[in-house]
Amino acid sequence: MQNDWTKPAAVAIPEGGFFKAKVEQGRYGPIFPKTPACYGFSILAKIKPGTKQNFYDYAMRIEKAVAETPDCLAVLKLHYLRWVLFDIGKDTYFMYQGIFDTDFDKYTEDAVSIFTRTGLRTVFENLEGFPEDWHTNAPAFIKFVRDHQCPSFLEYGEYPYVSADEVKKALRLKAAFSNMLDQMQ
Amino acid sequence: MLEFDDIQHFLLTRPRAMAARYGFLTIRNAAEGRAWLSGIIEKVGTGKVVAAGAAGDTRWVTVAFTWNGLRGLGVDEASLATFPEEFRQGMAARAEVLGDTGANHPNHWVDGLASPDLHGIVILFARDVAERDRCVREHQQYAARFPAVRALSTLDLEATPPLEYAHDHFGYRDRLSQPVIDGTGEVPTPGSGAPLKAGEFFLGYPNEAGVTQALEPEILGRNGSFLAYRRMQEHVGAFRQFLQQHGRSPEEQELIAAKLMGRWRSGAPLVLSPEKDDPALGADPQRNNDFNYAKMDPHGYAVPLGSHIRRMNPRDTAANMNRRRMIRRGGTYGPPLPEGAPEDGVERGIAAFVGCASLIRQFEFAQNVWANDRTFHELGNERDPIIGTHDGTLEFKIPKRPIRKVIKGLPAFTTVRGGAYFFLPGKRALRYLAGLTTRG
Repeated sequence: MQNDWTKPAAVAIPEGGFFKAKVEQGRYGPIFPKTPACYGFSILAKIKPGTKQNFYDYAMRIEKAVAETPDCLAVLKLHYLRWVLFDIGKDTYFMYQGIFDTDFDKYTEDAVSIFTRTGLRTVFENLEGFPEDWHTNAPAFIKFVRDHQCPSFLEYGEYPYVSADEVKKALRLKAAFSNMLDQMQ
Repeated sequence: MLEFDDIQHFLLTRPRAMAARYGFLTIRNAAEGRAWLSGIIEKVGTGKVVAAGAAGDTRWVTVAFTWNGLRGLGVDEASLATFPEEFRQGMAARAEVLGDTGANHPNHWVDGLASPDLHGIVILFARDVAERDRCVREHQQYAARFPAVRALSTLDLEATPPLEYAHDHFGYRDRLSQPVIDGTGEVPTPGSGAPLKAGEFFLGYPNEAGVTQALEPEILGRNGSFLAYRRMQEHVGAFRQFLQQHGRSPEEQELIAAKLMGRWRSGAPLVLSPEKDDPALGADPQRNNDFNYAKMDPHGYAVPLGSHIRRMNPRDTAANMNRRRMIRRGGTYGPPLPEGAPEDGVERGIAAFVGCASLIRQFEFAQNVWANDRTFHELGNERDPIIGTHDGTLEFKIPKRPIRKVIKGLPAFTTVRGGAYFFLPGKRALRYLAGLTTRG
């Protein structure tokens, strides 16, 4: 059973990121499959020389944006996001990795809108090849993301396929029960 | 400032038409197609003309083309390439994205709608059946002069009685929640939100993101819109049987019908009248759209999370709603099935158009995410109970204290019998198309 959260699961993914027999078509192209680690992306791109500090500045801005508006990324149905910089030779690369509950295709336009509103744009604009007209050209933005997506070949979930909403619901329930028991003392 | 004297009236006005004909065309020769178009342009009403003549007019004509149709008229390849990818592909090619699988698949579509030979549509709305038939005869005489412009198919529509208000064959009141376009002067009814930027519906104007969409050449795109056409059969017999199966009394059956839609069939919203129908509320535009979900019904005890109106317009429970709105036009076809009569096997349903500036962002999003995403609102195993794709394996959950009601094995109440993407040009663009000389 795919939704049995009690049983940890791993899935090996063929080269290219798709199970050829069951590729689901999204509005902007084929959708990378859902795995025990839910949906996700790993976008890797080279940064423009001399822009490294912009990434650290941007991190401060995101920290502030989320602190001020905690639900500013809610529409993306996220579990986790990770931003990484690393060097290969003299070049610096950026990795943006996310785990979320809906295929990225579904809320692409919402993501573009969030990029505009929260200043997330600034980091992508420091990547080589990122389309300058991205905010008026959603297809170009999507193409960049797809071109720089490095699909997993293996994914694992300790509590497979469980959504962030389900986790939050369970924690709320736990809190409610704890509160109820406290009141019974 | 909206150019009301150039925008076709179709998405701007809603004249009181009781009959209609959709004529689907194929164009075998570009020059003849353009000649046909030249002669018909004067019949096409603009927003300005139709609004001015609202009381006296008896018929309203609209013309639109598929991407293949624009090519068939001689639009050059460089210009054709500026149209959005989804429009170039056409609705049939987007079947999987739209959820048109199984019985809804384009392989089963009628009227030649899945064919690359579908090039254009003439939409005729008329005051009554007699006027429609007169206009049809007139157009047939005119079209006979252009044998290379052929009718692939036609569909006649008539309002379903009772005629006092618009409703579908299931009996649900229609036209209750429509966006208002900034610049039209129209005042939104309470609960309908602020007017939306014209660019959400017409090319050449800023949209809600401040972006102005255009095509090349500019004259072709300006004041144009995209239309998604859907011909949807309504299985009235199966629908009534379902209500009888799940409701012990007529009152319970009405409640089930209301839960599927999110409104009573009278139009009264369940958020405002959760226990019993309130026809006066349903008929009152100042009240029948004045509600939200996040504050007034967060758990769906009134309007189930998976009900039709909660999916098609999630209001304050979805992000960027202003980028997802659409304008609907259309009507019912086929004879009504009298109350109490068994299913007669005659096709009846809705044949409607969704108008917007971006099919992929507006129409396809609604189909892909709102109508057919089984995990919408964490529902797990549901699709839109009215227009979603069903094969009898999905369910519908009705939140209720203390325990929700789960209806398993929801049948398909509708089947997509066809559809297409059209571009609805402004009148200057129609003249531009008629005047093309590049190809023969």
